[in-house]
Amino acid sequence: MDMDRLIPLHRLIPGTCGKVSQLTANGNTRRRMLDLGLICGTRVEVLQKSPSGDTVAYEIRGAVIALRSEEASQILVELL
Amino acid sequence: MGLKQVSGGRIAGETYRTNSPDGDLMIALAGNPNTGKSTVFNSLTGLKQHTGNWPGKTVTNAQGMYIHQHQRFVLIDLPGTYSLFANSVDEEVARDFICSGEPRATVVVADATCLERNLNLVLQVMEITDHVVLCVNLLDEAKRKKIQVDLPALSKILGIPVIGTSARDGAGLDALKDAVYQVAMGEIQTAPLKIRYGSAVEECLNLLEPAVKGIADKNVNRRWVALRLLDGDWDAEASLAQLPFFRIRKSKELSDALALADQMLLEDHLDRDSLRDHIVTCIVSQAEEITQRVLRCEKQNYNDLDRRIDSVLTSRIWGIPVMMALLGLVFWITIKGANYPSQILGTGLFWGQERLTQLFLSAGWPDWLHGVFVLGMYRTLAWVISVMLPPMAIFFPLFTLLEDLGYLPRIAFNLDNYFKKACAHGKQALTMCMGFGCNAAGVISCRIIDSPRERLISIITNNYAPCNGRFPTLIALATVFIAGELGSHQSVIASLIILAAIVTGVIITLIVSKLLSKTILKGIPSSFALELPPYRKPQIGRIIVRSLYDRTLFVLARAIIVAVPAGMITWVFANIHVGDLSILQHGANLLGPFGRLLGLDGFILMAFILGLPANEIVIPILVMSYMSAGQMIELDNLQALRELFLANGWTWLTAVCTMLFCLNHYPCGTTLMTIKKETQSIKWTLITFAITTATGIILCFAVAQSVRLLGLV
Repeated sequence: MDMDRLIPLHRLIPGTCGKVSQLTANGNTRRRMLDLGLICGTRVEVLQKSPSGDTVAYEIRGAVIALRSEEASQILVELL
Repeated sequence: MGLKQVSGGRIAGETYRTNSPDGDLMIALAGNPNTGKSTVFNSLTGLKQHTGNWPGKTVTNAQGMYIHQHQRFVLIDLPGTYSLFANSVDEEVARDFICSGEPRATVVVADATCLERNLNLVLQVMEITDHVVLCVNLLDEAKRKKIQVDLPALSKILGIPVIGTSARDGAGLDALKDAVYQVAMGEIQTAPLKIRYGSAVEECLNLLEPAVKGIADKNVNRRWVALRLLDGDWDAEASLAQLPFFRIRKSKELSDALALADQMLLEDHLDRDSLRDHIVTCIVSQAEEITQRVLRCEKQNYNDLDRRIDSVLTSRIWGIPVMMALLGLVFWITIKGANYPSQILGTGLFWGQERLTQLFLSAGWPDWLHGVFVLGMYRTLAWVISVMLPPMAIFFPLFTLLEDLGYLPRIAFNLDNYFKKACAHGKQALTMCMGFGCNAAGVISCRIIDSPRERLISIITNNYAPCNGRFPTLIALATVFIAGELGSHQSVIASLIILAAIVTGVIITLIVSKLLSKTILKGIPSSFALELPPYRKPQIGRIIVRSLYDRTLFVLARAIIVAVPAGMITWVFANIHVGDLSILQHGANLLGPFGRLLGLDGFILMAFILGLPANEIVIPILVMSYMSAGQMIELDNLQALRELFLANGWTWLTAVCTMLFCLNHYPCGTTLMTIKKETQSIKWTLITFAITTATGIILCFAVAQSVRLLGLV
């Protein structure tokens, strides 16, 4: 796979969608992400940014999940 | 999120019993958070509930009883979890109980509007036990969103009974009880779907399963035990040593098989970590595939309405103003609405006082007896009821309404970056919201935070969220001293002042959290994901019943229990003279100079000290102290309160400082005990006491001295 096309999720702007291709997180954080259904090929839609900034709401498998930029940056996606 | 279980303010007991009387069938209730699991639990068991803790864990354990077809069932409400991989204490508790072999059946509650994510947990439960019933809840919401779930097809694919319910209206619950009965009694033989993990893993499982056979407990699925041995789940989990089937590790046959399996996996480039990924990926893909086969959405964008609401309630521009307006509105309704019933209650109860006094006089009972019972105990009680009950009875249902609608996670989302900057957990905002109801409940709700460091921060700072025991004090002072002077729009101004008090509380929470993170609780925030659940149509009737029953009556009862003895003690202190002065006056004189530095006086500090058991009684104690010092007036309304305070040298500064001190001082007795229980540490309880009190002293000192220096009073 062309690694150059992979973008950390927190860089996506609201309204765009990405397809998960790699998780760079380890340990507990990685397990939690997997539990949210963030496996390879999962479609993630960026919904909106929190009023205080940084935290962003994403639609993942029908659920709305808010992630901070630290976590979202560990999810590499392909822009759809 | 586990909030529902702790929101009642019922303080959890220490233990729970796992051994039910003979003949009772134990049923486990599992499910994701926000699926209406608690509603299912409450609807099935009614009020026959018992809350406690899981042995040795600060995880709430609720159990209830119901009878179906002459058979008694004990329903155990497991913590809401997304999976059973033991990533948190909640997941560990849920998993251990399901595989303990105790439940005769496990009911998994799933949200019909978010089926795919929920199936993840269902599939995991089905790996552990065959005796599973799937309850697809919130069908009414699904219908509203035009989502159709083919329940018979789902049941056929999964190989277990699938029952559709709308637990809020009770729809489908009888069918659920039937299915549970049949599975628990063995009338239905389930054939749960097995997830296939690819040839390499399957070969290993074939190798391990015979070795597990005969050694593992017969209630536990051998394939599941083999899988967990393979992905190394056992090693890290000390708690598993207590489980009956842990002795399997000691078998020679098994160790050999395990070594061989590890080798086979390595040849396939699967180490423990990537195996875990692989397993989860298989489960998630399976859930995705099943969902595609059973779900029909008539509207492609069925969540559009939620998105549109969110685009206002959590928007960059409107998110925070709307939040403030909503909270302000809640307080305005509370203050405005409580006014009239408070007056009626006050009039009635003080009429009762006069009758009691007449009785005491006509019976010729001694003065001190009248003092202790009527002026001490009865009057404090009357004040607590007339001033506390109406705002609580209005505030709690309104607050529960916001909770029921799904608004509280949005507050956490709106404020998250501030909490992040304070190095605090994103869910701390949720625990803070619970604190508005009752700080003891708020402290318990900190259980939703896994990281011990961030959990302690939320526990220590929870007291900066003014609880319902303090709102009446704040409201009374704001109304008579600040808004009162401004004539009309009194309740609007009082609401704004309460709102300002809350904003102050939030700012102090953030500052203290940051300070703690930089000093005694160093660290960076742990990872977190906050679910913003779909908005739900609130169940007005249920809200009123539950908020009155669970919260209002609970808090009121506690206040009354404390108010009666506190009223008596205060009266005694105020009337036993040593030398020229009463004990209370001696105390007040002693504290006076310090109090004045803080913009308060000795009596106010005495009232806060005597009010340690419960914040609700601070004002009644203060009133009694002032009245026993001379002026005897009828105190049945707020105007009289103002006159009494003015006669004792109050200015607007005294009111402001008293409000600030009310907002920032040690937690009440119940909260302190809860902190002790939750942290298992006297040290952190004392630290909380010291930090919160120091905040109040510093703030009041700064405000009082600045105002005096500027000559504003």
